[in-house]
Amino acid sequence: MSDTTVTLTTKKDWSSDQEVRWCPGCGDYGILQAVQQLMPELGVAPENTVFISGIGCSSRLPYYMNTYGMHSIHGRAPAIATGVAVARPDLDVWVITGDGDGLSIGGNHLIHALRRNVNLTILMFNNRIYGLTKGQYSPTSEVGKVSKSTPFGSVDTPFNPLAVALGAEASFVARTHDLDRQHMMETFRAAHDHRGAAFVEIYQNCNVFNDGQFNHVTKRTVRDEMMIDLVHGEPIRFGAERQRGVTMGSDGALRILEVADVGEDAILVHDATRPDPSLAFALARLNTDDVSPTPFGVFRQVERVEYASSVSAQVAAASEHKGPGDLATLLRSNGTWTVD
Amino acid sequence: MSETLRRSTEAEVINRLVVRFAGDSGDGMQLTGDRFTSVSAAFGNDLSTLPDFPAEIRAPAGTINGVSSFQVHISDHDITTPGDEPNVLVAMNPAALRADLHRLEIGGTIIANEDAFDERNLEKVGYATNPLEDDSLANYRVIAVPMSSLTKEACAPLGVKPRDAERSKNFFALGLVSWMYSRPLEPTVEWLEAKFADKETVREANRAALLAGHSFGETTEAVGHRYEVNPAQMPPGEYTNVTGNTALAWGLVAAGQLAKLPVTLGSYPITPASDILHELSRHKNFGVRTVQAEDEIAAAGMALGAAFAGHLGVTTTSGPGVALKSETISLAVATELPMLIVDIQRGGPSTGLPTKTEAADLNIAMFGRHGEAPLPIVASYSPVHCFYAAIEAARIALIYRTPVILLSDGYLANGSEPWRVPDPAELPTIPVEFTTEHNHVNDDGSTEFWPFLRDPDTLARPWAIPGTPGLMHRIGGLEKADGTGNIDYTPENHEKMVQLRAAKISRIADDLAPTEIQGDPDAEICILGWGSTWAAIDSAVQRRRRAGEKVAWVHLMHLSPLPNDLGDILRRYRTVLVPELNSGQLTRIVRAEYLIDATAISKVAGLPFTAREIEHHIEEASR
Ligand code: SF4
Repeated sequence: MSDTTVTLTTKKDWSSDQEVRWCPGCGDYGILQAVQQLMPELGVAPENTVFISGIGCSSRLPYYMNTYGMHSIHGRAPAIATGVAVARPDLDVWVITGDGDGLSIGGNHLIHALRRNVNLTILMFNNRIYGLTKGQYSPTSEVGKVSKSTPFGSVDTPFNPLAVALGAEASFVARTHDLDRQHMMETFRAAHDHRGAAFVEIYQNCNVFNDGQFNHVTKRTVRDEMMIDLVHGEPIRFGAERQRGVTMGSDGALRILEVADVGEDAILVHDATRPDPSLAFALARLNTDDVSPTPFGVFRQVERVEYASSVSAQVAAASEHKGPGDLATLLRSNGTWTVD
Repeated sequence: MSETLRRSTEAEVINRLVVRFAGDSGDGMQLTGDRFTSVSAAFGNDLSTLPDFPAEIRAPAGTINGVSSFQVHISDHDITTPGDEPNVLVAMNPAALRADLHRLEIGGTIIANEDAFDERNLEKVGYATNPLEDDSLANYRVIAVPMSSLTKEACAPLGVKPRDAERSKNFFALGLVSWMYSRPLEPTVEWLEAKFADKETVREANRAALLAGHSFGETTEAVGHRYEVNPAQMPPGEYTNVTGNTALAWGLVAAGQLAKLPVTLGSYPITPASDILHELSRHKNFGVRTVQAEDEIAAAGMALGAAFAGHLGVTTTSGPGVALKSETISLAVATELPMLIVDIQRGGPSTGLPTKTEAADLNIAMFGRHGEAPLPIVASYSPVHCFYAAIEAARIALIYRTPVILLSDGYLANGSEPWRVPDPAELPTIPVEFTTEHNHVNDDGSTEFWPFLRDPDTLARPWAIPGTPGLMHRIGGLEKADGTGNIDYTPENHEKMVQLRAAKISRIADDLAPTEIQGDPDAEICILGWGSTWAAIDSAVQRRRRAGEKVAWVHLMHLSPLPNDLGDILRRYRTVLVPELNSGQLTRIVRAEYLIDATAISKVAGLPFTAREIEHHIEEASR
C-alpha cells in the first residue's frame, strides 16, 4: 500500500479528464466544484480516496473525480461502499446518491449503512425528482406534485431525508444547498472528518425537470428569512436582524417566535452532540409543511463505534488470541483418526 | 412382538449397514445420527450421511411433517452414497414409522419406541391399529422397546424429573444401536463430558440413558443378534469427517491463503447456506471478514466492494438469493472484478423446499442475468470435493477477473464423508498480482494507466486497487472502451466488448485438464453427470459393470465454460444419459451446444438419486 504522507494537492489533482455532462445550469455543477475544491484541504491523497455512486444524475460525479471510483447499481452504493470500507478501513470512502437512488430503490442499504455507522461520507443530492429518467416524481416530492408519472398530482407522502437518517441512528446528519459553495465545503469537511457514517442532504436544483423547487428557501432574496443556520453552541436565531428564534413549548413542540417577544433565554441553544436525537429530529421536521423556515448545517454529530474498525478489531483480536491462521490446524479442527 | 432370536455374544461380521434414525424434530435424531457417524468414522469405517429434516423449526409434534431423520451408511469398503434402502429403521414414534417405513428394505429391522405408540400418536398419523401389534409389519424384524420408560427409570436415581429424563431417550436408542452394531460407547461418553461440561444434569441423564440402552441390548433376549462392520481399507493417513458446507467454508479460507488475499464474505442467512457464514465467522484469525448483510443484494454488493478494494470477495446463498444478486453479478461481469457467488441449491421455485435438495439452479447460474453476461460455473460433486471446488472457483475468479458461480446443493451441504486431510503444501497456489505501474505509453512518450488493457493470454484486465498511487480510475456499469475504460456507447465498441467478455470466459477451458472418462471408454452408453449425482452414478456404474455391462461415465466439474473436448467425447456414444436433480437443464445445454441426442434422467423430488434408480435407466437404455 502507498505511504500516506500527504503531498500537497490542488483542485486539478482531484479532477479527472472526463468532460462533465450534466444539463447546463444544473445544481450538480456547483456541488462538484465544492467537492473538488475541498479535497486538497482535507489532507488526504487521491489514491486513498474512493467515490462510490449508484445510478441517477448525481451518480455520475465519480467519473469527474481523479480518485478510485465506481459508478455502480441503482440504490446499491452504500452496500458496495460498505464492502470497500470493511475490506480497507485505511481508505476514505464517499457515497454519492440522490433522493430516488438513496431513499427509494436503495433505502434499505442507506439505513443499514447508517445504523452500522460505517465510515462513509454520504452526499445525497435531493432534487425531489427523477432527472435521469426524465421527470417522474420521487420519494421526496411533495404531495400533489404533477410529474410525468403523476399527471393528476402525487398522492404519496414524501420522506424527510434527515428524519429518516436520524431514525436510522445516524451519528452525523447535516443539510446544505447547491447555491452556497462555502457552506457546502464546510458541511462536507465536517462530514468527512466525522468518524462513522455521515449523512448530508444537499438541496439541489434540477433546472430541467423541477426548476426552482427550493427557491422559496434558498433564493437570495428570501434566504435571510427562510434559512436557519445551525451553529453548534449558539442560540438558534435567524432573520435579517437575527430577530427570530426557535423555542420549545411546554408540549415539547418547536416553534418559531420573535426573540423580542420571548426573550433571548427562551431560544434553544443548538447542541449537535446531544446523545438523544429527539431535538435534532424535531429540527429536521421544522419545515415539514414546506413553507416554514428551514434549518441548515449540522443537526447531529455524536461519537459512536465505527463499524469497519470494529470488524478489524475482531480480526486482530482473533489473530492475537489464536495466533495467525494455520490451514493444517483448521483442517484437523473437527477431530481426526489415523489409518495405518 | 416379533420372533425372539437366540442371543449371541459373538458378533456376526457384515460388510455394510444403513441405519436411519427417525423421530420427531424435538427428539434429537440429527444429534443421534451424528454421534453414530462420528463413532463409526473414528472406528475406521467408510461412510456417507444424509440428514433429512423438516422446513418448520417446530412442526406440530407427532405429525408426519414434523419427522426429522438422519440416514448413515457405514461400510468396510469404499462407498459414496448414504445408501438406497436402510437396513435398520429406528422409529421414535408412529409418525416416524409412517414416514419412513417405505424406505426400509424388506426384511429390515425396525427398532421402535413402544411407549410413543399410544392411541393419540397413532391416531395423529392415521393408524387405526397399532402396527407393532397387528401383523402389518410381518415382513420386517420388529424390536419394540419401551425407550421412554426405561430412560426415565435409568435417570430416576439421578433425581432428574421424569419429563426432563424422557428427553434423553435418543441416547437410549443410540446405546441400543451401538450395542447391536458393536460401536464403542467411550467416544460418546467423552463427547458428553465435553459438550455438557457445565450442565451436569443433562450430561448425567444422557450418559445414564446411553448405558441403559447398551445394557438393554446386552441383557435382553428380544434384541438377539449382534453385528459388526469392520474398518474399511482406506489409504493410510490422517482422516477427518466433514460436511460439504464445512469443507466449502474451509476451501474459501484456503483459497484466501493460497492467493495471499484476505477473504471478505457478505452473506444473508438462508437455508441451506447459512452454515458457511457461521463457519467462516469463526475463522477471523485467517483475516476473514464476515458481514451479515441487510439483504441478499447488499451481501453481493459488499463482496463486490471488497473485491474492488483488493480482497477475495465472496457471497454465499441459495437459489432465491441468487435471483436477488443477479444485478450485482452483472455489474461484476461489466466491471470485470473477481467475485465468488456460492449457491447451495435447494428445491424451488420460490421458497420451495428449503431443507430438501435439488440441482435446478443451473439455468439461473448459466443464464440468469440481463444482457450478454457469461460467467464461469464450477460444481462440487461430493462433500469433500466442496473444499477443492471452492479453491478452483476462487482461482478462476482471481486469475480471469470475473464473477464465478459455485454450485453445491443441500445434500452435499449437510451430508458428510471421511476425508484424508490434505497437506496444505499439496494445494495449488493462486498467483495474484495487483498492477502497480502505468501500463500504456502514449504517442508522446507519456504513460498512463488503462484499466481495461487486457492480458493477451487470459484477456483478464489489470487489478489496480485503491491505495495505489498514480493508478486512480473509475469503473462502472456503463459500457466502456476496451483499453482505456472510458465510457463508450459506440456500436462497434459495444459489440467488441461483448465478444471480448465472452472470449475471456471461453478461454478458461483452454486451461483445463482433458476430460476424464471413467468406467469403459469403449462402451456404447455414456453417463454425463454433474454435481451431487456423483455418488449415485458411481454406485450404479459399478453395479452395471459388475453385471458385465460396459458403461462410460463423464462427471463435469466445470459447467461453464464446458470442456473443449466434451463434444467430441459425447459424440462417440450411441446413448448419452444425463442424470439431473432437475428437469433436464444440462441435457438441454449439451443438446444445443453439440447437437447430440442426450437424454435426461430427471428427478425433482427433493431427494438425491438412489443408485438403483440410475442403474434402472442404464439397464433400460442398453436393451
Ligand atoms: S436532469 Fe436535472 S438533475 Fe439531471 S443533470 Fe439535468 S438538470 Fe441536473
